[in-house]
Amino acid sequence: MRRRVAPYLLLGPGAAWLLLFFVVPLYYLAELSLNSGVFGSYEFTWHWENYSDALQLYDSQFVRSFVYAGLATLFALLLAYPLAYTIAFKAGRWRNVLLFAVVAPFFTTYLIRTVAWKTILSDQSPVVSVLDALGLAPEGHVLATAGAVIAGLTYNFLPFMVLPIYASLERLDVRLIEAGKDLYASAAQTFLRVTLPLSAPGVVAGTLLTFIPASGDYVNAQFLGSANNQMIGNVIQSLYLKQSDYPAAAALSFVLMAAILILVLVYIRFAGSESLMGEEAV
Amino acid sequence: MGGPGGNAWRWLREHAVQIVAVLVVLYMLIPIAVIFGFSFNDPAGRFNFTWVGFTLDHWRNAFGIPELNEALVTSLKLAVLATVISTVIGTLMAMALVRHEFFGRRPANFLIVIPMATPEIVMGSALLSFFLLIGTFSLGFETLLIAHVMFCISFVVVVVRSRLIGFDRNLEEAAKDLGASSFETFRLVTLPLIMPGIFGAAMLAFALSIDDFVISNFNAGTTVTFPLYIFGAAQRGIPVEVNVIAMILFFFTCATMGFATWQQRRAEKLASVRPEQETGAGMPVGASAAT
Repeated sequence: MRRRVAPYLLLGPGAAWLLLFFVVPLYYLAELSLNSGVFGSYEFTWHWENYSDALQLYDSQFVRSFVYAGLATLFALLLAYPLAYTIAFKAGRWRNVLLFAVVAPFFTTYLIRTVAWKTILSDQSPVVSVLDALGLAPEGHVLATAGAVIAGLTYNFLPFMVLPIYASLERLDVRLIEAGKDLYASAAQTFLRVTLPLSAPGVVAGTLLTFIPASGDYVNAQFLGSANNQMIGNVIQSLYLKQSDYPAAAALSFVLMAAILILVLVYIRFAGSESLMGEEAV
Repeated sequence: MGGPGGNAWRWLREHAVQIVAVLVVLYMLIPIAVIFGFSFNDPAGRFNFTWVGFTLDHWRNAFGIPELNEALVTSLKLAVLATVISTVIGTLMAMALVRHEFFGRRPANFLIVIPMATPEIVMGSALLSFFLLIGTFSLGFETLLIAHVMFCISFVVVVVRSRLIGFDRNLEEAAKDLGASSFETFRLVTLPLIMPGIFGAAMLAFALSIDDFVISNFNAGTTVTFPLYIFGAAQRGIPVEVNVIAMILFFFTCATMGFATWQQRRAEKLASVRPEQETGAGMPVGASAAT
């Protein structure tokens, strides 16, 4: 008898907290999104128009959020893989130093890091002169462009990409790579046929951990972008906290969550689910 | 190919991955260097974006801005409380999930994963909607604490669980055979062995809490935390002291991490000494069980 009650006692407080302050609020978010009226006298009226209005008004911000987040995820993957690979296989005694460098940004406040990019990308900065010389900074600016927002997103979520890829590469049996070479596969073939597929769980986890927060972010667009680079997060934040248009904001939040959920499910279906849920099932 | 040019080209090709890795590390560290560098800046106006001249004034005056201090104290209090609460209940949850087979285990796992897969802005706005509609909580420290514990729990569970999965249950059996009660076994055997996991989880929870901006922005009311202070100050110009405090937090976290790693290495070294080689003080449980 005691053994049957024990897990529920252990689970109780945490599960209650998550139910009460994560699941129940989602219900209230849904309810608020179907309210109508003006600030101060919102009423629940099954006002589905909130959804169609919000989507019509803010469709460009929605599309932009997913495009920016998608590009940031792609760039993060391209940057993170060589770094994770180096840490796992080539770093030797530098391994811990490199791992420290990956997590070091977490030790400084997120907002300050983003503001620091404002300095790095300001028109007078040497970084911008170099980019300009390479033809990557039209008219000598980077700040207040889509490029700056995407660079900021890529930077801020890069550790979330590096760590899972590193974890899956580190667990990889090196003998499999050697076997590939023994069987006369070229370095590229070994990588494509052995290393990359075996690190796929890390890549899947990393892309999700980067894409999800990036698509809901509004800090990078706020500090590094212009009015033309607003993402859906900026709209939700402004509707909630400045204009007090709660129903519209709630509708947008709900659509954002649903859209991400659908994208994630489709992605997991294609990429294989064992990477994320497999570990959970242990 | 051949010739010295060919060799250089070959070296570059062979080390291409490492070269990219070094560049990526630089990309990750440059902003920190900029924050550190600009904590010594002496800006001409209110904005600390362009380098003017070197000064130590802001380091001397690090705690000289009352609103900033207040925000920092609020953040620290919040982070400590959120860490303690989420670490305790998260550890209990991890124990239930790893140690027990029970009805509802899959939904429980799902409940823990789903907050980590939800964008912060959705969690923040959902909680705000909840607080607005039920009306029992007034927005402030209380609602911030509720929110911070909520988003820390999942991470604590994941970290502690990974430590529990690699746990040797025989050690607990041994303690029970030697007459220890369940509680004694937990306190003297289980807890010390999973302590590194719990400590790691607590560090993560603290870092998540003290750095949180999005969810706090929605649920703070008029309470100001360190990140919220920075956000509010951004329009009128962020004082250089913010950089100083950010660096103090950075060095403090590095030191804590360094200490934790050192402690863990020491513990692992002690644990790897086998009972027959035991010379005196060492592994408490293994040693007493062997003698």
